[in-house]
Amino acid sequence: MKAAAFEYRRADTLAETLLPELNDKPVAGNQSLGPMMNLRLARPRRLIDIATIPELRKIVESPDHVRFGAATTHAEIEDGETPDPTNGWMRAAAGNIAHRAVRNRGTMGGSLAHADPAADWVIVLTGLEATVIVAGPVGERRIPMEDFINGPYTTDLGDSELLVAIEVPRPGSSARWGYKKFMRQVGEFAKASATVLIDPENDRHRCALGALGGPPVILADPLAIIEGSVSAADIVSAALSGRQLQSFSMHVAALESALASALGQQEDCA
Amino acid sequence: MTADRRLTLHVNGITHSCEVEPRMTLADCLREKLDLTGTHLGCEHGVCGACTVIVDGAAVRSCLMFAVQARDSMITTVEGLAASDTLSDLQQAFHDHFALQCGFCTPGFLTTAEAFLSENPSPTRGEVQSAISGNICRCTGYVPIIDAIVDTAKRRLESGK
Ligand SMILES: Cc1cc2nc3c(=O)[nH]c(=O)nc-3n(C[C@H](O)[C@H](O)[C@H](O)COP(=O)(O)OP(=O)(O)OC[C@H]3O[C@@H](n4cnc5c(N)ncnc54)[C@H](O)[C@@H]3O)c2cc1C
Ligand code: FES
Ligand code: FES
Repeated sequence: MKAAAFEYRRADTLAETLLPELNDKPVAGNQSLGPMMNLRLARPRRLIDIATIPELRKIVESPDHVRFGAATTHAEIEDGETPDPTNGWMRAAAGNIAHRAVRNRGTMGGSLAHADPAADWVIVLTGLEATVIVAGPVGERRIPMEDFINGPYTTDLGDSELLVAIEVPRPGSSARWGYKKFMRQVGEFAKASATVLIDPENDRHRCALGALGGPPVILADPLAIIEGSVSAADIVSAALSGRQLQSFSMHVAALESALASALGQQEDCA
Repeated sequence: MTADRRLTLHVNGITHSCEVEPRMTLADCLREKLDLTGTHLGCEHGVCGACTVIVDGAAVRSCLMFAVQARDSMITTVEGLAASDTLSDLQQAFHDHFALQCGFCTPGFLTTAEAFLSENPSPTRGEVQSAISGNICRCTGYVPIIDAIVDTAKRRLESGK
């Protein structure tokens, strides 16, 4: 199918995007909005193309984090064209999103704003304790990833707000990480996913589950999971109690696999 | 902000000027305005890869890019892969390895593989496999396609091209 008619503007500055009219829709890579428009599930009146706005393409390095402009593409991270505060973890995750042609256009900010429950950045950036920076007519807000996504395809972004950047903290030198994404074939969205972050120097430990049909779930008592004093199955069933999930056993296996990879017990963990 | 609908597109080394509605995808613009019908449309939502073209050196889905977004870019379609009526080495390898039957998916595989080989001139077979994982072929099967790409990479390395 073809998209319904709309107007198109390419924005050159962040300032001009912050005065939106009703039904204006930002577009970055168009890799999620495009399919929805072609299927006429989305019919924006006007598209504001934000993909080349310099403020959204900027990357700023600080001693304790890297701030990625929202329009950084998956491919730029995959190729190491940007710094990777996680020493390769983000690169590996980026390279496993969709297919190269989608990664060449799709952006980190677009993924988070779209908030597909099965999207990679949604779980990975939650697992890494990233912070989202949004800007609107009244100024900037900082939102921790775990508060940014409210439900399937639903975020904390206001109508006239734009996601401008994502801040990813640098883990300590002894930090470990595991990310497991179950998919039916290369390039597909996750059927189940899990992350494990072990960062003793900064006292940051986090285990999270993704692809649950809503926001990721951050598991209670990550140290007990990491130390192995509770089983993955018990933790997952406690965290997901009351949900009818066909993928329950896949989530248990995803958590076990992410944990094994973080603990260095498993070589290949996609 | 720019809103005019007259568009200049650089395709296969030629500069074209055309009038497009914003909702026209790059794929439809290539096919309908520029008569470059080698770019095929299968799913129109990013899944099948048939519409893949090369924009500024990178493979993209032309069904998920509006023509107005390609303003000022350098575009290569399947028609631009070889000079005049000859086949490129990659196209010849597809022929030699029986890597096509109906040919519907072939332009997308060729552009995907060409962009991939420019980024990774000495790939492993596994890397080729995952590079084409976003392209669907419903009749040939993937093994001859992988063979053709692996073979082209090998020949290019041998000939220092
Ligand atoms: C075939 C296919 C397979 C895919 N597989 C995967 C996969 O395995 N894993 C995965 O994670 N993703 C996958 N994707 C999605 C892909 O990663 C998209 O790139 C991503 O979801 C959206 O990014 P985008 O820049 O294209 O956003 P767009 O499509 O441009 O926008 C998406 C939404 O976000 C809004 N938006 C965009 N940028 C901003 C901003 N800065 N501020 C506020 N709102 C904004 C838009 O208005 C729109 O509502 C796949 C896509 C396709 C087509
Ligand atoms: S037609 Fe573009 S990916 Fe299928
Ligand atoms: S050759 Fe027929 S679909 Fe691939």
